[in-house]
Amino acid sequence: MGEEKKTPQSKKVNTDTLYELSHVTKVYGGEPPVKALDDVSLSIRRGEIYGIIGMSGAGKSTLVRTLNRLEDVTDGQVVFEGRNLKDLSEKELRKARQNVGMIFQGFNLLSQKTVDKNIRVALKIAGIPKNEHEEIIERMLSIVGLSDKRHAYPSQLSGGQKQRVAIARALATNPKVLLSDEATSALDPQITAEILELLKKINRELGVTIILITHEMAVVEAICDRVAVIDGGKLVEENTVQELFMSPQSEAAKRMVLPEKPDFLPFDSQGRRCLRLVFDGTEAGEPLIAALAAREGIEVSILAANTKSVGGVGFGQMIVALPPDREQEKAAISYFKTAGIFGEEMKKDGKGAIAWQD
Amino acid sequence: MAGLNWTLIWEGFLQTMEMVIISTVIAYVIGLPLGIVLSITKKGGLAENRIVNTILGGIVNICRSIPFLIFLVVLIPLTRLIVGTSIGTEATIVPLTFGAVPIIARMVEASLEEVGSGIVEAARALGASKAQVVFLFILPEAVPSLLQGSAINCVTILGYSAMAGFIGGGGLGAIAYQYGFIRYQTDILLVTVVILIIIVWAVQELGLFAARRSRH
Repeated sequence: MGEEKKTPQSKKVNTDTLYELSHVTKVYGGEPPVKALDDVSLSIRRGEIYGIIGMSGAGKSTLVRTLNRLEDVTDGQVVFEGRNLKDLSEKELRKARQNVGMIFQGFNLLSQKTVDKNIRVALKIAGIPKNEHEEIIERMLSIVGLSDKRHAYPSQLSGGQKQRVAIARALATNPKVLLSDEATSALDPQITAEILELLKKINRELGVTIILITHEMAVVEAICDRVAVIDGGKLVEENTVQELFMSPQSEAAKRMVLPEKPDFLPFDSQGRRCLRLVFDGTEAGEPLIAALAAREGIEVSILAANTKSVGGVGFGQMIVALPPDREQEKAAISYFKTAGIFGEEMKKDGKGAIAWQD
Repeated sequence: MAGLNWTLIWEGFLQTMEMVIISTVIAYVIGLPLGIVLSITKKGGLAENRIVNTILGGIVNICRSIPFLIFLVVLIPLTRLIVGTSIGTEATIVPLTFGAVPIIARMVEASLEEVGSGIVEAARALGASKAQVVFLFILPEAVPSLLQGSAINCVTILGYSAMAGFIGGGGLGAIAYQYGFIRYQTDILLVTVVILIIIVWAVQELGLFAARRSRH
């Protein structure tokens, strides 16, 4: 209990563990009982932006709620700063929660109170002396860029502004970590980008660890350092964002990194073999497909392609269909391999991919 | 209408207002906390407690099922105990209050239910105690709905107060019954009914206005 480590504000990520989850299992009673979380073990480091991604119903919302014990675990333990949350008394837990800010998809602001009062209530709960409230509220609003909306009611604000108020409220008690439960899912892409940028700034400038739950790969790609993939209540993959993007291991991750919407199945109707090729920023300049046609005389069809920034690094990906000829197939694969392209072969049904073979 | 006894009607009006206002206030003092307890002790509530919820809910349901006229008669001994008499305006306040409490409790409970579970979750995530969740989050969020409900409850109590005339209570209801119905003084009946309509309309408008003003 005594060994509280202070994190230097300048250092973004270190090896100091903030959360240590081991064998976390959550079963909801009822007929039949539902296993929302199944033996999840992971650790989250102080100062990082950690993403938890999964389809709806995968258990990620339950998982994030075990981090501030809004949900009790059925089995396993959640250790926050060296203390098992399960062992905390009601009073200690309330104190601990003031170290864990949380924002939600639905914002959950008090609609009958002004922005000022919404933040003030957090300070009141934390028992922060009244004479400090003014200064804290001003500082929080300036961080989230809403100083001019202090006396507005939530109904007078846009979705993005509401989420900014929620962030200000969550940060008012100076928490060490901010949990974000699908905080951008109700917002349009432009506003989502702005909110993610704000979270990034908070992480960088205030040293707040951020744990965010999302079903959108784009959100993870934009700001996360590491990511856990949850599928069917299980942790199926944990990796850096770049690694996950380049070579996803689990079925769930493979589905998520595909270039198009989830309902688009990138497979070829003529039964040709398809590859998913990933280029990082350095290779994107080379005309690979053109060169393949020019030098080898092999023509591949591009079924889908996009470029994106993953964790600050530019990436491109492409789904290509190989020519039906067996020799040309082999030559094309070895060409891509020689060129040092990350790639994998799409399954025939388009649902995920497997390692490529000659 | 020249011979109309306006003094009588004015007194009846004052008695009605006295009965309705005092019993509404007292009934809210009891019904509001009761509604809060009903809301937070139910399954999945903030302070889930099946025993408390079943007992209180049961009492509320029983009281609500008894027709108010019967309630008036049943409560006569209690009224005597509290007021010293079972006749008159003051005596009517007792059954009116007891009749209103369960209605108010359910209305309050319904208003609190309207507050989304997200608000409660946000409050708990901020480290709020149960009392803080109720008083800093749920109740302030429910204010517009509570105000609207209070106007409806007020009108219900006004309706009940008219029935009090049957057991010797005062007010406009008693006047309408004694003069208008028993003595066939149709003019008095009409006037009292018009006054009652105006009161109901005014209370309803006032409630809606207050709710609208408070809603953001």
